Amino acid sequence: MTDATNNTPKSSLLTVSPRVKQRNAAEARFKMYGIAAVMTGLVFLIILLSTILFNGVGAFQQTFIEVPVYLDEAKLDKNGNRDPEDIKKVSTFGYNPLIEQAIYDTISAKMDKNPLAKAKEAKALISASAAAQIRDVVIANPDLIGQTVDFRILAASRVDGYLKDRVTRESIARDKNIDAVHLDIIDALRAKGIVKREFNWSFITGADASESRPEQAGMGVSMLGSLFMMLVVLVLSLPIGVAASIYLEEFAPQNKWTDLIEVNISNLAAVPSIVFGILGLAVFIQFAGLPQSAPLVGGLVLTLMTLPTIIISTRASLKSVPPSIRDAALGLGASKMQSVFHHVLPLAMPGILTGTIIGLAQALGETAPLLLIGMVGYIASNYPTGPIAGFMDPNSAMPAQIYEWAKRADPAYYERAWGGIIILLVFLITMNIIAIILRRRFERRW
Amino acid sequence: MPLLWLVLIVLALGVVGYGLGRHKAMTSADGDVRHLHSLPVYYGTNVSLFVVVPALLVMVAWLIVQPIVINNSVAADIPASAIPESSTLGLVMSDVRRVADGLDLAVTQGALTSAEASGLQAGVSDVRAILADVGVALGSDVSATTLSAAQEYRAMASTANLAMTALVLGLAIAGFVYAYGRTNKDFRARNVVEKAIRAILIVAASIAILTTVGIVLSLVFNTIEFFKLYPAADFFFGTTWSPSFGGGSELGVLPLLWGTLYISVIALAVAVPIGLFAAIYLSEYAGPKARGIAKPLIEVLAGIPTIVYGLFALLTVGPLLVNVFGSGGALGVDWMSGASSVTTAGLVMGIMLIPFVSSLSDDIINAVPQSMRDGSLGLGATKSETVKQVVLPAALPGIVGAVLLAASRAIGETMIVVLGAGAAARLSMNPLEAMTTVTAKIVSQLTGDADFASPEALVAFALGMTLFVMTLGLNVLALVIVRKYREQYE
Amino acid sequence: MYDNPNLERNVAQQDTKISARNVQVFYGDTHAIKDVNIEIPARTVTAFIGPSGCGKSTFLRCLNRMNDTIDICRVEGDINLDGENIYDKRVDPVQLRAKVGMVFQKPNPFPKSIYDNIAYGPRIHGLAKNKADLDEIVEKALRRGAIWNEVKDRLHAPGTGLSGGQQQRLCIARAVATEPEVLLMDEPCSALDPIATSQVEELIDELRDQYSVVIVTHSMQQAARVSQKTAFFHLGNLVEFGDTGQIFTNPQDSRTESYITGRIG
Repeated sequence: MTDATNNTPKSSLLTVSPRVKQRNAAEARFKMYGIAAVMTGLVFLIILLSTILFNGVGAFQQTFIEVPVYLDEAKLDKNGNRDPEDIKKVSTFGYNPLIEQAIYDTISAKMDKNPLAKAKEAKALISASAAAQIRDVVIANPDLIGQTVDFRILAASRVDGYLKDRVTRESIARDKNIDAVHLDIIDALRAKGIVKREFNWSFITGADASESRPEQAGMGVSMLGSLFMMLVVLVLSLPIGVAASIYLEEFAPQNKWTDLIEVNISNLAAVPSIVFGILGLAVFIQFAGLPQSAPLVGGLVLTLMTLPTIIISTRASLKSVPPSIRDAALGLGASKMQSVFHHVLPLAMPGILTGTIIGLAQALGETAPLLLIGMVGYIASNYPTGPIAGFMDPNSAMPAQIYEWAKRADPAYYERAWGGIIILLVFLITMNIIAIILRRRFERRW
Repeated sequence: MPLLWLVLIVLALGVVGYGLGRHKAMTSADGDVRHLHSLPVYYGTNVSLFVVVPALLVMVAWLIVQPIVINNSVAADIPASAIPESSTLGLVMSDVRRVADGLDLAVTQGALTSAEASGLQAGVSDVRAILADVGVALGSDVSATTLSAAQEYRAMASTANLAMTALVLGLAIAGFVYAYGRTNKDFRARNVVEKAIRAILIVAASIAILTTVGIVLSLVFNTIEFFKLYPAADFFFGTTWSPSFGGGSELGVLPLLWGTLYISVIALAVAVPIGLFAAIYLSEYAGPKARGIAKPLIEVLAGIPTIVYGLFALLTVGPLLVNVFGSGGALGVDWMSGASSVTTAGLVMGIMLIPFVSSLSDDIINAVPQSMRDGSLGLGATKSETVKQVVLPAALPGIVGAVLLAASRAIGETMIVVLGAGAAARLSMNPLEAMTTVTAKIVSQLTGDADFASPEALVAFALGMTLFVMTLGLNVLALVIVRKYREQYE
Repeated sequence: MYDNPNLERNVAQQDTKISARNVQVFYGDTHAIKDVNIEIPARTVTAFIGPSGCGKSTFLRCLNRMNDTIDICRVEGDINLDGENIYDKRVDPVQLRAKVGMVFQKPNPFPKSIYDNIAYGPRIHGLAKNKADLDEIVEKALRRGAIWNEVKDRLHAPGTGLSGGQQQRLCIARAVATEPEVLLMDEPCSALDPIATSQVEELIDELRDQYSVVIVTHSMQQAARVSQKTAFFHLGNLVEFGDTGQIFTNPQDSRTESYITGRIG
């Protein structure tokens, strides 16, 4: 045994043995795998975000046509007495010829030779929403009838696509809705400044539109739907979550019931969100008879989903308040309840709020349960009329709206879906930044 | 709105009770707070609690029970002969309730006096027209049985409402008398109030259990309904999935399970190596700076909503794969016909799960005590040898738990597969073919205007049950393993 | 325990195993070790004593470059092992640590079998040609660690199932199995009960015939019992270094005297 050391050949530390070289190579390889894995993750993130930006930015710009429209009295107010009731009787169909004529005239004025044979052919250039837009203006101001008024109307989705390179001369070869002639006109009018791409506020504030009018669709109404849902989630999940956490962390005896609750909470946090959708459908809609597609129901379902997250983070922040604070309060003769509500809870509040905001952000982006309670398939084309309608009337929500657009299988709607994602992500990022600031600002080291 | 009024009256009584209770306590202590057992607030709160809580609880209970009781007693009066062919008692009863509600509405709108409403006769007056005037549209004319049942329904409901109002107000007053009577300076009001708060806390904590119960009940009942209409064996062992709402559907779950598992396996094959190696690098090699930047950035992937990944699969990854594997693609092969496929969904789901695996593994690797690493390094092991032979074996149970949790996520993921995997149920090995999953089919069977009583809609609940049981099993297993693992190093 | 201490000591002092010159260690901005010079002889037990936070453990960890694993730690000066600077750029710390083994404060067996614990070092360094060879190495190491008799029947039981003292002897055997020339021990008995401590101390004394042993200890009695040379550290300085007997009976420095008599510590 003693001669073990003597048998080992004396090796110098300064020369690296071949075996160590091999092992170091293996070490370097292993480290490379790690770096590659981290890089892969980051590259995926970059690809994802740049795809969203690249595809979605277009939705914030829209093509408009500026055109003077002659509001023909003979068509819009046959009796000539400007009676609002009579004017309302003229449907949007009555306005279409006026707009088509206006476009046709503009083309004639701006191009050397008008390539269109009839005014009716100008229809392909304008959005179907233009007639409604002008009709609304006329009904509000009957005095405009008989005058020529400048309007900024939405161009048709394909025209918009042409300006954004989504529609090309090759791609329209088999498209019945638009011809190469129309694209020539657009090129010419664009050079004259009649056709313009401008920032499109109504994408952010507007309502959803029917399948054939992607140029008109906006996120505004579904944003309100999400807002009402988040209000429900906030109002329910914060107090319930905090009360449950206080009980479990401060008062609960160690017994079977407490164990059961704990196991339940950790399990619920991992139940697939679609199952919560089934719960919402069966309990809130079928059993309790609440209306389908209502933000109230969506909010209830999301509350149940968010509660475990909020409870887990609230308990962590209650736990981080040192016991000495509780002891100090109890030592002064405060009851347990008083020590919790007067001292522990206020100290844990920043942490609780941070957790709640993060929970809300999660709920805001959740889609699957909303599919089952009917928030998809409903076209959110009207703003809620008041707070109660906001909760009870059918509406969509931001992620549901995005899904709805993605399903419409129209490149123009895909662009809007990506744009919707940008809006959704802006909300999520803002919420997360608020959470981070809260944490940084109020974080306490005991 | 008598109900709203009732609630407001009770609440108002509560407020009055608060003031009186507080006042009485102060008087009994001769206006000196120091002589009171509890702070004055507690005396007031105590009285209002006794006024409001029992009264409102009874009211809520009554409101839940009343329709059921009235429903049953009215239903008992409807003769079986009055139920038309192709209808059920349930449908007749819903007509009855509709007529009754319509009559109520007619009375409140002044279209009928309440005496007229109770005196209506089916043959004499056109009930359908009257109700249509107040905005209640009926599918058919009202039969004599329905009308009389509806009138009985109304009569019972109004009696019950009266009784409830009396009871609730009585309880509120009794509560006030009791609590007010007990109020004096030595009464331990704080203890009572705190007990009430404690009860509220317990109720809040029990909501988690209620949720689980709600999930289980809604799944179980509807699943039983489904199995009454469709044999369970055909569901569990059927290899064809072809629902048709006209009847004659084949609803075998196996193709859906196959799609689910295939996609999950691909997702895990992407997420586990990348996530694990990222976690190892970040916890064992990276300096605090690199870690501080890379870790939150990777976790951003976890904060992105699944709808975004779904769209990414549908519009970016799918077409990209078609460009490579489709006809006329980069490889010159024709293996892929459409953008949605198992690989599309699996790949994107894998990306989504990377941060999930990496942050769970990171926690677990960090829980391995430093002394283990020191022991290994002190023997002359390199870092990678230490990781491979000491840290990972020690962390293995925890990592297995993390992978199980990730698998449960993958199985339950919905949006990515709805948008990226396709709609065709297939039992195929080709990863470039479209397949569908349990979650995707739950969505497609429950959205749209399906009749909830048909097996084609109810099957979604059986699918939900399958999904719930699978994920629950994985979650519980993972939680147990992880908990054992943590105890080992605590 | 001391069969023939004087003879042993004379043999031991013949050659220097490790010599340190002007060693400075910094933890971030903290100057943890200030200008330490020391010559550690071969086949001797050298004890580092001193109050907590005096830098004795830090200095010990410099001797096999365990401090490399701490990002903010910086070492200056020369430490030579058999005349070769271990902080030379060409030195691979992995190779160094095979020669300079280490035993830690808390017993830290790997969550593997006893056999695999011992075989770990020989396996990574490729010391065994085949299974039989490895079996022999493991047995020899366990015997050297004075634990063979206790574990020979359960070599495949987990190492974590042993008692604290057994675990620590297992860790010593594990360190011995890589055939090091120096054994560093960082308070190896601080987590053990008195009986286990005396077993480990006995083992340390036996190890001296083959290895240079450097032991950091909190207990002056332990230093007196097991070591031939003692170094006293105070606030990052090496205050005094000499024969153990001389340090304990006739310290040259007043600080050493204060520590030994219990006035600082």
